[in-house]
Amino acid sequence: MHVGRRFFLRSGVALAALAALPRVLLAAAWPDKAFSSSAAGEAMVDLLGTDQTIPSDQIKLKLPVIAENGAVVPVTISTSLENVESISIVVEKNPRPLAATFEILPGTAPEISSRIKMGQTSDVMAVIKTDSGIYSTAKEVKVTIGGCGG
Amino acid sequence: MASKIKVKAKLSGDIADIKSLMIHPMETGARKDPETEELVPAHHITQLTFTNNDKTVMVANFSTAVSRNPYFSFKFSGAKAGDTLKASCVDNLGGTDELETVLK
Repeated sequence: MHVGRRFFLRSGVALAALAALPRVLLAAAWPDKAFSSSAAGEAMVDLLGTDQTIPSDQIKLKLPVIAENGAVVPVTISTSLENVESISIVVEKNPRPLAATFEILPGTAPEISSRIKMGQTSDVMAVIKTDSGIYSTAKEVKVTIGGCGG
Repeated sequence: MASKIKVKAKLSGDIADIKSLMIHPMETGARKDPETEELVPAHHITQLTFTNNDKTVMVANFSTAVSRNPYFSFKFSGAKAGDTLKASCVDNLGGTDELETVLK
């Protein structure tokens, strides 16, 4: 099939515009700045407006004591706190400490599990935002083989 | 192309227990290609959204620190058999994927 040069150029521009679109839409929702912070405190200020949290024993943070493989560290967070708005996972010594953040919508239980990467032995913090404040609990995980580029 | 998301949903009463798995490299951007010694560009899922009958039930924002082939589970209430649960994800390069399942 013969495709004119003009047409080819024009369709290329249209495709590029299409490809850029979802990223623009995404930028509004995905907390880019918090995720690219290299300090845990800074990331929390960007995400939640403060790095001051209230230690709480109502948060259950399930993590292995020793992670043999830092590339796959299972983590489960649940809480009995009420009116939870979001749950975030912060790995203090990772190059990018904020690992993930989950929006808890009405009707959704404040209970999530996932698997994260850890570069080295570090404290892992579960940060829970409720309508009455920001609560957290932390646990240390010993990593024997790092999961970031190693 | 077949969806690279897998979802397992279990209903008990009106609570749906959702377990999901995505096939994705989740490149951090800090890893070097062992052969060319060049950095592999970051390629990771940024957002995973679940809707149940068009009502958003979960928005998960991922960084590069979520493991390769991410696993994610959560629970929500107000579900019933026959509901359509849709999982959709977007990555940092604009790639998208989605999967629909019917709760039973």
